[in-house]
Amino acid sequence: MALLPMQRIYIYALKKDRKKILELLQRRGVVEVRSMLKEDKVFNKSDASVVMQSLEKNISIAAESLDILNTYVKENKSMLSALSGRQELTVEDYDSFKVKYKPVVDKAKRIIELSKIIAENKADVFRLQTQIEILTPWVNLDIPLNFKGTKQTTGFIGTLPKPWTLEEIYEKLADYMPLDVDIISSTKEQTCVFVLCTNDNKDKVYEILRGLEFTLPPLSSDKSPAEQLDLLKQQIDMANSNIVVATEEMESYAMDRNELKFLQDYDTMRLEKYEVIGTLLQSKNVFIISGFIAEKDIKAIEEELTSSFDLAFETTEPRKRDDVPILYKNNGFSEPLEGTVNSYSPPGRGEMDPTTVMSLFYYALFGLMLSDAGYGFIIAAACAFGLIKFKNTIEKPMKNTLKMYMFCGIATIFWGIIFSSYFGDIFDVVGKTFFGVTDLPIIPPVWFYPVEKPMLMLTFSMAIGIVHLLTGLAMKGYQMAKQKEYMGIIYDVVFWYVLLLSGVVILLSSEMVTNILGINVNLSDVVIDIAKIAALVSALGIILTNGRESKNPFKRILKGLYALYGISGYLSDILSYSRLLALGLATGIIGTVVNQMAAMTAGGALGPIFFTIIVIIGHALNLMINALGAYVHTNRLQYVEFFGKFYEGGGKVFKPFGINTKYYRIKESTKYGSIK
Amino acid sequence: MEALNNYGIVLALLGAALAALVPGMASAKAVSMGGIAGAGVIAEDPSLFGKVLILQLLPGTQGIYGLIIAFITFSQIGVLGGSSDISFVKGALYFAACLPMIIVGYTSAIRQANASVASIGTVAKKPDQFGKAMIFPAMVETYAILAVLISILAVSGVTGLNI
Repeated sequence: MALLPMQRIYIYALKKDRKKILELLQRRGVVEVRSMLKEDKVFNKSDASVVMQSLEKNISIAAESLDILNTYVKENKSMLSALSGRQELTVEDYDSFKVKYKPVVDKAKRIIELSKIIAENKADVFRLQTQIEILTPWVNLDIPLNFKGTKQTTGFIGTLPKPWTLEEIYEKLADYMPLDVDIISSTKEQTCVFVLCTNDNKDKVYEILRGLEFTLPPLSSDKSPAEQLDLLKQQIDMANSNIVVATEEMESYAMDRNELKFLQDYDTMRLEKYEVIGTLLQSKNVFIISGFIAEKDIKAIEEELTSSFDLAFETTEPRKRDDVPILYKNNGFSEPLEGTVNSYSPPGRGEMDPTTVMSLFYYALFGLMLSDAGYGFIIAAACAFGLIKFKNTIEKPMKNTLKMYMFCGIATIFWGIIFSSYFGDIFDVVGKTFFGVTDLPIIPPVWFYPVEKPMLMLTFSMAIGIVHLLTGLAMKGYQMAKQKEYMGIIYDVVFWYVLLLSGVVILLSSEMVTNILGINVNLSDVVIDIAKIAALVSALGIILTNGRESKNPFKRILKGLYALYGISGYLSDILSYSRLLALGLATGIIGTVVNQMAAMTAGGALGPIFFTIIVIIGHALNLMINALGAYVHTNRLQYVEFFGKFYEGGGKVFKPFGINTKYYRIKESTKYGSIK
Repeated sequence: MEALNNYGIVLALLGAALAALVPGMASAKAVSMGGIAGAGVIAEDPSLFGKVLILQLLPGTQGIYGLIIAFITFSQIGVLGGSSDISFVKGALYFAACLPMIIVGYTSAIRQANASVASIGTVAKKPDQFGKAMIFPAMVETYAILAVLISILAVSGVTGLNI
């Protein structure tokens, strides 16, 4: 349970080695670069934004091309692939990519281009098909649609709404003979007609036709419809073959998927490097790296750097006002919860790392809220399976998540056994329904059934709450001891301890409270008297000292009184732990309900099948809902009740200059930071 | 009075049924509020699904607490097998015992949904602040938990009374 001590680091080196030094630092991932020196006439920062922009563009091209490729050629991914982490590459692979760089960028661009070609051709096919639909009724017309007539005659080509017969049209136009009417095609919606009349009559014929709602075809061409149709079909074939060719080319790039991924990673790494370069102070020949490094990493990196480059290496203690980044050091049991602390807030200046103490309570509280050995076993086994199966490749954050739930699951098994809950009461129900067992319960609880004695469970929950809160208070004392505020420990911690503990004793001495809680406590009168005196003294102490930052004695007492009023806060904090009872009961009771429902269907030949189905679905739902509840409320108890007693946070997590890639990692650099 | 005693079980069952019904109704509404807000966030950034889902489900627990109270009452009044000989007064007491869950379950679910929706907004803008955003709706739930606690204690307490 600790934070690693950090040091300021300065590296002064020659510009000709800049690339190599930076790449080495990036692969080691142990230095957080921060600009801590001011620019002057000789040393100033260079502008890397142009390079960074082009890198960002390439990253987005690579990502886009991968997306496109995935829509054409699906990548085979198993459901568990999220656990398997990034692939490993050697430094040589990384260096050799430089040669391939340009062609791969071109490939990515080509993929984007191809997807555009395919999209355009698809739009073309659609447009041409619409034209074919329009032309199809005219296919029997052997003259072009834009035919206007000959020297002596005028032709009208168009459609009339609704079906018409030849006689009906001739009837309408009977006055203007000679003329020729052809019906090209006729459907329920429209009749396509060709009317040829002499030039003298053309205006009148047109007028009558207009009266019949004659409209010109939406297309016009100088080829006959049949020819035009052939042409359109050819164009569609062409567009379709374009699509096929482009798709084939696209699919051929599926083999290059890994190169595209690497391109994305490669430029992500370079981008990070240039971000750092942008913050470095540089003169004509020299550049300076400044930042933070964990004390334990100094020796190795110093040896490595000084042995291969000409440079000056310097580390100093961080200054008082430095915002020193936080790097945790915890054992495997507590480490998974660093993320939980971070999502509250990393330890602020002068604060200690609360992870280890928290982890004990975290697992215990989670287990108590879920409190079913069956569910605990499922969670723990699933996590253990993931951890073992992918033990070589799994990334650290995923590993920590699995480990956290594995420990939570183990704690759940423990409490499940204490309160005898195995998928609700599955053993009893199965025994009774299928085997006629009458000697129930089959597995009696180690302690008691919470459903039968809710008051005892409530008392137990609050007792755990008191322990949790007092631990928080002790942490405060420890922190004050570290900052050498010894009197503060007495004022802010010891007085409260005495007050709370003697308060508990006084409460337990009253008959009403013991009756409510259903417990028997025999306290001798002497103990009670001592508790009363201790409570009075400590309350007085709190009134006198807890307002000590005010000089004015009157104000000071008022503030002290207000601090004493904080006892009501402790009361509500302790009551808050009653959620341990409520959530624990929720799991058990819903599990029992599921089993009862299943038992109702258990008769008959198919009974066991229905029984199994209901049990599986019911318990899966119950597990999901209650695990969520346990997770949320464990966090709440830690963040609000526990951290509220001593912890403020406000620090910054150590973010080393490293390799934050998506698909690959470089083999030797997985110590810190290079994980995301 | 003798005739009234036949109705004791009715009152008790009414309380149990309402304990499942009212908070269940409220939770359904509350979860749908979260779902509507969440769907908008997912449209922008599908990777937030897991976090948004947790926030959406938080106000769903009131319905479950209601179910617990209903179930405990059922088992105490003998609806799930056993005798159901309950006096009028006792039935009324069971009804009263269910009231905290019925009323607080309803109001807290809706209020918690408001906090959840706001937290979903926070996560949409700052996904790394999920830990804190989750606590706000969880604070509201405290009162639902206190209500379920009192109802549990009251229901199991009434059973012991000899009236």
